[in-house]
Amino acid sequence: MAKALNAGLRRSLDDDDRVMLMGEDIGRLGGVFRVTDQLQAEFGADRVVDTPLAESGIIGTAIGLAMRGYRPVCEIQFDGFIYPAFDQIVSQLAKIHTRTEGAVTVPLTIRVPYGGGIGAVEHHSESPEAYFAHTAGLRVVTCSNPDDAFGMIQQAIRSDDPVLFFEPKRRYWDRADVDLDAAPTVGLYDARVVIAGSDLTVVAYGPMVATALAAAKEAASEGTSIEVIDLRSLSPIDFDTIDRSVAKTGRLVVVHEASVFLGIGAEIAARISERCFFQLEAPVLRVGGYATPYPPSKVEQYYLPDVDRVLDAIDRSLAVE
Amino acid sequence: MSIATAQQLDTADTVTLLTEHGGDLREDDLFSPYLADIDDAELCRIYEDLVVVRRIDAEATALQRQGELALWAPLLGQEAAQVGSARGIRPGDFVFGSYREHAVAYLRGVDPTLILRFWRGSTHSGWNPYDINMTTPAIVIGSQMLQAVGYAMGIMRDAKRDDSIHDIAVTYFGDGATSQGGFSEALGFAASSHAPVVFFCQNNQYAISAPVGIQTSVPIVQRASGFGMRGIRVDGNDVLAVLAVTRYAAERARSGDGPTLIEAVTYRMGPHTTSDDPTRYRDADELALWKTRDPIDRLLRTLEYRGLATDEMLAAVDAKADAVAAEVRKGCLETVEPRPESIFDHVYSEPHSLIEEERAEFLDYHRGGAE
Repeated sequence: MAKALNAGLRRSLDDDDRVMLMGEDIGRLGGVFRVTDQLQAEFGADRVVDTPLAESGIIGTAIGLAMRGYRPVCEIQFDGFIYPAFDQIVSQLAKIHTRTEGAVTVPLTIRVPYGGGIGAVEHHSESPEAYFAHTAGLRVVTCSNPDDAFGMIQQAIRSDDPVLFFEPKRRYWDRADVDLDAAPTVGLYDARVVIAGSDLTVVAYGPMVATALAAAKEAASEGTSIEVIDLRSLSPIDFDTIDRSVAKTGRLVVVHEASVFLGIGAEIAARISERCFFQLEAPVLRVGGYATPYPPSKVEQYYLPDVDRVLDAIDRSLAVE
Repeated sequence: MSIATAQQLDTADTVTLLTEHGGDLREDDLFSPYLADIDDAELCRIYEDLVVVRRIDAEATALQRQGELALWAPLLGQEAAQVGSARGIRPGDFVFGSYREHAVAYLRGVDPTLILRFWRGSTHSGWNPYDINMTTPAIVIGSQMLQAVGYAMGIMRDAKRDDSIHDIAVTYFGDGATSQGGFSEALGFAASSHAPVVFFCQNNQYAISAPVGIQTSVPIVQRASGFGMRGIRVDGNDVLAVLAVTRYAAERARSGDGPTLIEAVTYRMGPHTTSDDPTRYRDADELALWKTRDPIDRLLRTLEYRGLATDEMLAAVDAKADAVAAEVRKGCLETVEPRPESIFDHVYSEPHSLIEEERAEFLDYHRGGAE
């Protein structure tokens, strides 16, 4: 997946000379995950910029560059390092288009490697997406596989609105054949039905899509047909695709790594309860992180949703007559 | 004397060109050449600017007292710092202001009525930033400086493709903002990238009630040297010194010599905003002292010395100020308020399903569809 993102960034830099990359260690090093590998050598230090070590500075200066007509793509090195930039993101970036009554667009993309499961130290495994989805003016998307990574990063960079682009870091090493000549076939803000099923719908995104698919496979071996939806966009959320699925299955489980409390799953549960009240056969269930700070990595497997916890939620939902 | 007055303008390294008690301009080897084009007629125009912006400010305060504005942040006392610096840059330069730079916006050509719309609560902006190359009020203290540096980084890249480009970015902020991390980050990014940006600090001695001594134990200008940046302290009530220093810093930025930090030492003679009561935190004596340094009187004494302050000139300036104020009042009273559903209009620049859904619900509800 990291290579697919690299290819998508290269394509964006090629297509539009106003696109530039900014971040810590993204130049000569190629980023700590090598997502920007070789791009500074190819496009020069003015377009692939090693910035001083200050996240607020990266986003604040990127806003100014965008106001001058550039399309900056900022890398935040790890999820837990985004908070120093919070004010520039939620009070500035998100609001400038509204503030100026549409006169100023700020086409920024902020790439954030996120999520756990890689045995990292504190602040390297978080899932802060709900903060940003909660903020009007931002768009929030996340890829789950190399193919989407390649297409979605290009779509995000082309958006005239600010986009938070969450990259599931534990999937960086996932492999797949990606057609580098193919244009994206799915809209950036559309959810995708990954596998069709009839008994229950699982909605997941980012790192949890693979977990949901594994759980669906396991359930299938026991004769249960699960439909898995990759949400892809967290703001806006494609409720129509979820609606259609739940109208068919009557049961919904939402899975994410972030804390369940006031998370993306809470919004989906509330909306689907409103929209599909008479089609639902069981309460919407959520599987996710606990209401604790992200734990030390030796016990992170107990915090992160896994196949068994997803299957447990599926069983609890199916148990409701 | 309060703690604030520990940092006044009587230090030897503060640039001053207008004498305090009348007489002609001081000569300064470095800065006087930047005033070579300022003839008597131009001096009178600068005086007019000072009087007009003070009059706009007074009118806005009156409109707030009459309930027409929700709030106003007066610039009273800071006219020279703003007029001098605004006159020291070009229309093509881009200004990232805080929220008190009414004079800068006015001199960059915005209809002053539009300045008031923000404070009335009719908009979050007031003007199109690209119309006058100046951002609308930045309320979060210290948020705008990094954006100015980024804009200047963009100018540098543009100039590599087109060598006719010599724009710069200028950012205004107060003494309080220098405590924000964004200030230090902005100086760091600017110095590191050698960006063509001028940092213009109006040290008006107070961040609401906190005197500048709470923000810093050294003069603000000294912060520049730690970043390897040129810093200049200027008498902020001396409109000509501010003009000269700003031109100097702008020329440095334009010619590739990098950023400059200007500390203009001035005094906020009014409250922080119309909601504030400065008698709770500062002495009458201090205000009285600074009234003797009033930036308009300061220039007037030089006009008198040169025989320019004729009754006709002064009357014409007052008439102009009254006319602008009347226009501001009329424009404010005639404000067309936004349509309620306009709250959905510009959240995103491209369609967003949640916004479309909520807009439809909103319109339906207000048409009575919810009954």
